[in-house]
Parts: sequence; structure tokens; C-alpha cells
Amino acid sequence: MSDAPETDDALPGEPRKPLRPLAAILRARERGENPDLIEKENLRARHERMRDASQHRAESRLLVLGLFFVLAFATVGIRMGMLATSPPAEPRLAGAATISSGRADITDRHGRVLATNLETRALYAHPHEMVDISQASKKLAGIFPDLDAEVLEKRLTSGRKFVWLRKTLSPEQVQAVHEIGEPGLLFASREMRVYPNGPLAAHILGGASFGDEGVRAAEVIGVAGVERAFDAQLRAPTPRPQPLELSIDMTVQSTMREVLAGGMKMFGAKGASAVIMDVHTGEVIAMSSLPDFDPNDRPPLPTKGDPADSPLFNRAVQGVYELGSVFKIFTIAQALEEGLINPSTMINTTQPLHWGKFRIRDFKDYGPQLSATDVIVKSSNTGTARVAQQIGAARQKAFLQSLGFLEPTQVELFEAPSGRPLVPKQWREIQTMTISYGHGLSSSPLHLAAGYASLLNGGTRVTPTLLRQYGRQLGDRVVSERTSAAARDMLRKVVSEGTASFAEVPGYAVGGKTGTADKPRRGGGYYKNKVLATFASAFPAHDPKYTVIVTLDEGRTQILGKERRTAGWIAVPVAAELIRRTAPLLGVRPESVPAPTAGVRQAQNSNG
Amino acid sequence: MTEMAHGTAPHRGADPLLPRWWRTVDRWSLSCAVMLFGIGLLLGFAASPPLAERNGLDPFHYVERQALFGLIALVAMVICSMLSPTAVRRIGVIGFLIAAVALAFLPVFGTNFGKGAVRWYSIGFGSVQPSEFLKPMFVVLCGWLMAAGLQIGGPPGRVLSFIVCVVIVGMLALQPDFGQACLIVFAWCVMYFVAGAPVILLGLVAGLVIAAGVFTYGASEHFARRIDGYLSTEIDPTTQIGYAANAIREGGVFGVGLGEGEVKQNLPDAHTDFIIAVAAEEYGLILVLCILALYATIAVNALVRLLRERDPFVRYAGTGLVAILAMQALINIGVAARLLPTKGMTLPFVSYGGSSVIAAGITVGMLLALTRARPQGRMADYLARARG
Repeated sequence: MSDAPETDDALPGEPRKPLRPLAAILRARERGENPDLIEKENLRARHERMRDASQHRAESRLLVLGLFFVLAFATVGIRMGMLATSPPAEPRLAGAATISSGRADITDRHGRVLATNLETRALYAHPHEMVDISQASKKLAGIFPDLDAEVLEKRLTSGRKFVWLRKTLSPEQVQAVHEIGEPGLLFASREMRVYPNGPLAAHILGGASFGDEGVRAAEVIGVAGVERAFDAQLRAPTPRPQPLELSIDMTVQSTMREVLAGGMKMFGAKGASAVIMDVHTGEVIAMSSLPDFDPNDRPPLPTKGDPADSPLFNRAVQGVYELGSVFKIFTIAQALEEGLINPSTMINTTQPLHWGKFRIRDFKDYGPQLSATDVIVKSSNTGTARVAQQIGAARQKAFLQSLGFLEPTQVELFEAPSGRPLVPKQWREIQTMTISYGHGLSSSPLHLAAGYASLLNGGTRVTPTLLRQYGRQLGDRVVSERTSAAARDMLRKVVSEGTASFAEVPGYAVGGKTGTADKPRRGGGYYKNKVLATFASAFPAHDPKYTVIVTLDEGRTQILGKERRTAGWIAVPVAAELIRRTAPLLGVRPESVPAPTAGVRQAQNSNG
Repeated sequence: MTEMAHGTAPHRGADPLLPRWWRTVDRWSLSCAVMLFGIGLLLGFAASPPLAERNGLDPFHYVERQALFGLIALVAMVICSMLSPTAVRRIGVIGFLIAAVALAFLPVFGTNFGKGAVRWYSIGFGSVQPSEFLKPMFVVLCGWLMAAGLQIGGPPGRVLSFIVCVVIVGMLALQPDFGQACLIVFAWCVMYFVAGAPVILLGLVAGLVIAAGVFTYGASEHFARRIDGYLSTEIDPTTQIGYAANAIREGGVFGVGLGEGEVKQNLPDAHTDFIIAVAAEEYGLILVLCILALYATIAVNALVRLLRERDPFVRYAGTGLVAILAMQALINIGVAARLLPTKGMTLPFVSYGGSSVIAAGITVGMLLALTRARPQGRMADYLARARG
């Protein structure tokens, strides 16, 4: 039985039936028939049975499969129905959503708008759809005087299918272009950034420009100032963008710009800057740098000349200068704090002070010795330098570090890191002596404002900020209350008795220090007749609320037949006018000076 | 004698070809396929002019080409549907070999059209995507192998078909074209299921699926949240899927109106992978449900006809063809409806593309050939024939 069939193909439940039943085959052989036919017939019969069985089994499975497909199609259909009947939650113009629009506004501390958006249109052309290119070019040149008809026609006939013509159009211009009646001139919707106050706070706001431009929308990106520093936050696509609230007070800012521009013009200065800062919070209430620009029409970056002369340059933050005698108060305050002197300690002011080959002189000879207070009041370089010798380089450096003079300010401007102070590589005794009266270390007016605020607010460090703060920001202590009070007294005396007598503003007890710094010459040495005049002040002097820094670059005036360049003549009157006009705006009550001394000082002043 | 041995129907007297075809063919599915193609052409009028404009062509360039491809597809469908099951099997096997070789040489001679995957051969006036043609041929081959495996002393058909499936899926995954690979796997699974997959295996798979589901949604809320997060990032309106979902919402029940849709301006694949979004936006839910109903009709009708089928090859191959057609439609529409992750898959008959339309024609043509009414070797059949 070698040819016996396999047994595994028998269907279950059936008795196994051989494919070649021996009896039948033998019978067939006897009859002389081919026995293979019997096998084939049996095989066929078995296949038939298997087919029937498998069809039965497949029937139910096919039904399951059919049900699966019906369910699947129904699921997709129901899902489609749900989608179709749900409201379109996503913005209708999905293209506009890719390019975020609705940049958040920027406001001042009282919610007045400094930067906002305006719906406008951009103009582009599909030259292949245009009917009469040369006629349209002429008419466009008529609407936009800065377009040249011939150049335009050349651009439109260059074979391109898409040409941008204008970035922003006024409604009148849109109407005028409509009236050309040219089907190939098309408008793209835009949101443009608008600074309704023009150049006011230009350096703070910086500016914005278009990034990716599309037909449906264009991306508005910040290019400088807070617009760039907070770009991501301002652009964040939120349903209702919260405005960015700055610490700036628009009215104070406006007054500052006006006063500073007036002072700059009066004294023929080539530049000027000013900062008003809240001494307790570090908030910059107003900050100006002149010359300035209109952020609505931001000029291109200068390609030649000194970038520091460009209107884009923020003198108050980016400009680092040797600020001169305004630094003396830091030296004297540190000596007071360290217990090296007290305000009436007599200090050697013999002229000149020799140190190696260097000689230090005062503006004029004040005699062999002055009290510490008088060193400040008369602004004696030799006196301050001798005090600095006692302090020493290491302690001086640590103190200036604690006031923030050795690093760029952390103010929230894109440009802030570029205002890195210039610190001497070697900080030895001679550097200590020159830095003590403000030479050899360059820092920005904003550094100075923060330094004065920290020193005079009772002695705690403040960090300059452009964001609205709520409540005092108490930093690390830099000097004691007592030292702070003594420094305030000295600064008040500078105004009442010393070099800054023009700073007397009735009722506001201004205290401050002048600084007239020779401008360093490129490549070493100092100019003989170019100075930076600075007045650093705080008011009211006995309990300061605000510090005011004013610097004028290369200002001079003719008074009493003499050319005057010192800060007392140049920067102080500007600062006094600034305080006189802004103090009421800032809500500082006048005549808050303690009564007994006030009368004396005012009488003295009116005499002088 | 061979006929007797293999149980084929005895030769019948001469009967005119076309009337017999018309009498025995599944006219429901045939008309559904023709209607789907008509809808495709209609949507092409809406969806493709922006693309043609972008490519600097005549606005109706793609519609004209689609009409030509559609004509070829319809002819191919009718011719295929006239074949006998044996002829279908032969064409399927030979076609499979050709398509498989074409697929294998894609990395050498193919073009990627800048889409990141090498799926096309560039020839003269157009391009050919071999994987589209491979699918129906693969199904026919596997049907044949599985049916042969049932024969006493036949080859181990199921194992062979599984090996073929793995090889093809590997080649598709290398392109990479995971959508088509999924479809191939699904078709093989469906055929294996109908060919009598062991109940134990089915139970095991069902158990695994349920266990995974329980684990995902019940046991680990954290995991479910992550899935939610993944899904919500997909709703980003800047993605294709976001545009599509938005278009469906804009369309609502009755659509925004002919030519008023916007999605075709934004979606690069509006005329192919996301044609359903164009349909939903301009004609609304109504047309989408019509399209779904047409596919469902083809699938259910064909499956019902296959219920009565006694020839295992016809049953398996027919089921597989239904599976690839219906599943491809389900995946394409499911992606637009945000039920499935994005796959590059066309909507059979409706989407633009020569390969896709012609392959769909061949698929349905073969399916029609297999589901034609024919004697099943039962007494009733013979009696019916005697009467008719």
C-alpha cells in the first residue's frame, strides 16, 4: 500500500474514506479499466465536500467582514458629519494663521498706547493679467511719486508672474489704484506696526518691519528695542493679546524729549541723553537719546562714519562714556561706609598730586585741604584721588561691581548687551585714583542712573527695568542708610553751595553732582576742548523719589564773555528745567523740604 | 478529463459575449464605479485649476488628462470584467511578476518628484507608480496560492503567500510607502481570515487588541493624555490635516458652493490625497456621504455575491480585491476626517493620477469578473440554466 493517500486531509467528523479503496481498484483491474480514474473521482468528491465545508465556514466570515466594512464606512461618515456640523473653530484664513498677526500693543505705565497695529494693504502685480502695462506704470508713478514709470514698466515686463510694488498703502492710495482699473494690480492684506507718538521713545520701542510676506498676511517682527527684546511674547498667537506695559510715562517722556532737544539746540551739542528713574523700583520713567528717529520710518543702519553718531544709536544705553566727576560721590560714599572718613574729615588737596609720571590737578586750586563734604561740593580731583588711595583697587572694584558698573545693564532692550562698560585691564592704584573721579572707566548714563538710585534710595541695589513694576524692588544692600543719607546731604550741598547752583528748583530740593569729562581721543589721550557734560541728580534730596541723569555731548555756551563747557553751565540748567517741568507730572509734592534748613538755603540761593 | 477532475463547469453553447456579460455582471458595483469616476472628474474641475495655474499650465490641463486616464480605466475595467476567473488568475500572476520587478528596480530607475520617496517611473508623457498596479495583482496571486494550498497534495499556499506578503511589504517600506504596505498587510489578513484562519489565532489577536485598548485608555491616564496631546498638535491649522478639517467644517452639510472653496488654494495635494476635503468644502457633507455610500455599496454587494461562491480562489481573490478598494477609500477619507494619521493614499477613482485611476479600474474590473453570476455546480444552478 505504498500509494495509500495521506490521512490528514479527511474532514473532521467523517470516517476516513481512502482515495484508492482496494476492493474497487481490484474490481476495475479485473474489468481492464484504468484504476486511476477511481482515485480521481474520489479525489474530486472529497474536494467537493471540502469546498462545501469551507464555503460554509467562509460564509459567516464574509458576513463578519461585510459588517466590519459597513461599520467602518458608517464610522467615517458619522465622523465626517460631526466635523461638518461643528463650527469652524480654527481661523477661516488658515494662511493668515501661519503668519501670526495681531501683534500685542505696547503701552506706557498708564495704559497709553505707544505701539499698535493698523490694517493696511500691500500692492502687488500679476503682469500676465495686466491689460496695459505701460499705461498702468505711468498712472502708478502718478500715485506714488517715488516710483519711476520706466523702471516700473521694465520690472513688469521682465517676464515675472508676481511683482511686489508697495508694502503699505493708505486708503486714498488704495482707492487711486482701484481707479486705474487694471485687473493685474492686486492688494494683499497687511497689519502694519504704528507708533502714534512718532519719535517719542524711539530708542525704547526700537521698531518693527515685515518678515515673511505673503498675499494674505505678512509677519511683523521687531527689529530693535523692546519690540525685538519681547518679539516672541508680542507675537505669541493668543486670542486676545495682552498689551506689554512699559514703565515709561508718556507725558514725562514727551517733556524730556522737548527739554533735552531745547538744551541741545541752545548749547550746540551734537548729542544728548537723559534718564529719569524711580529710585525704589529701578523703573525707567523716561529715557531719551538725541538725535533720534521716527520708528514708523526707521532709517537704515549707517554704513559709514561712527555708528555712535547715528540717530539709531541709543546714547543712554549703548553709549559708554567716561562720565567724570559724577563718580566722586561713589568714592566718598564708599570711604564713609568703610569708616575711613566722616563728612567733616579734612582731606589733603595740595596741587598737583604726583603719582609716578602722572599729575592730577583740580579745576582750580582750592587750598591745601578741604572737608570731605567740600571735596564733593567743590569737585576736587586731588581730594577724591587721595581718598581712593586709602580705599584701594580691590575694594573699589568690588563696590563698583555691587552698583552694577562692570557689566552691561540688564534692561529689556535688544541693544542693552552692547552697552558693555569699558573697564581697565589692569586695575592698579593709578586706575583707582582716576576712576575715583570718573576717568578710566566708561559706562552708560543708564548705569549711572541705577548707581545713583542704589546709593541714594537708602542703600539698596536697584536694577534698571523698562517694565512696569508694582511696589518697591529691594535688592542687595550696597551701603548703609546712614551713608546714603550723608551722600544725599553732600549732593544737596553741591546744588545749594557748589558747582550745580543752577539746579535749584524751588520746592524740589534737588541734590546732584556735575561731571565734565574730557572726551577720550581715538588712539589715546584726551581732546583739549571736547567734553561730555553730565549732571546726575536725585530729588527731593532728603528722601529721593527719582534720579535724573542728563548728558550733553560737546555742548558749549558764551556767558560773560567766556566760553563755558563745564557741566554746571551746560547740563545743569537742562536738568533743572527737566525737573521743574516733570516733577509735578510725576506727582512729587513741592516744598516738601524740612522747614528750618529750607529757608536758609533758598535765601542763600537767591543771594547767589 | 481535466475539466472533470478540476470541477469546472462544462462548456456551454455559444452565447453572445456582451449580452451574457451584461446579464451576469454585478451591475450595481459597475454603476457605482462609473459614478465615482464621474465625481472624481467633477471634483477635478474644482481642485486642479489652482495647481495647473501654479505650474503654469492651462487651467483644465489636469482635468483633460484625468478624463483620458478615466477612459482608459473604464475600458480596462470592462475588459477585465469579461475575463474568466482562470484568465484573471493568469493575468494576476503574470502582472504580479512584472509589477514586483518594476517595484524592485525603483531605487535604480525611479524618480522621486521631490516628494522624498521613490515611487514613480518617469515615462514620456507621464509617470507610473508600480505599487498601485501591484496591489490587485498581489491579491490575485495570494488568492491563487491560498486556494492551491487547500488541494490535496497541493503546495503550502498560505505559507508561500505569507512570504510573498512579507517581501512586498519590505520593498514598500524601503521606498518608504507605509500606506501601501499597510494596505497589502490588511488585504492579506482579510484573505487569510476568509480562507479559514484558526479560531485560536483570531481569539489571540482580538485579545491582544482589547488588552492594548484597556492598557491605553483605562490603566494609564497619563498615556491617554499624551495621545491627546499628539492628536491636538495635529490640529495645527497650518498642517495639511488642519486645512482639510477646516475645509470640512466650512463646507457644513450643503457646502459653500461650486467654485467657492478655498482649501484647493492652500493644499498642495488637494487634487490627490485630500480630494475629499475639496468635495466636503464645495458640496458639503451630502457628497461625502454619497461617496462613502458608493464605496460601501461596491464592497457589500461584492461580499454578498461572494457568499454564494464555491470556488475558493474566486472567494479569496474577490475578498482581497474588496478589501484593498474599500480600505484605501476608508484610509483616505479617515485621514481627512482626522481619524487616522496622515498617509499618502489616493481615493480610488476620484483622486487625480493615471496610475491610481487605471489601477482602480483593473481592481474593480477583476472584482466584477470574479463576482459574475456563474454556475456553482449545484443542482439549482443547472436547473436554472435549463429554464433560462
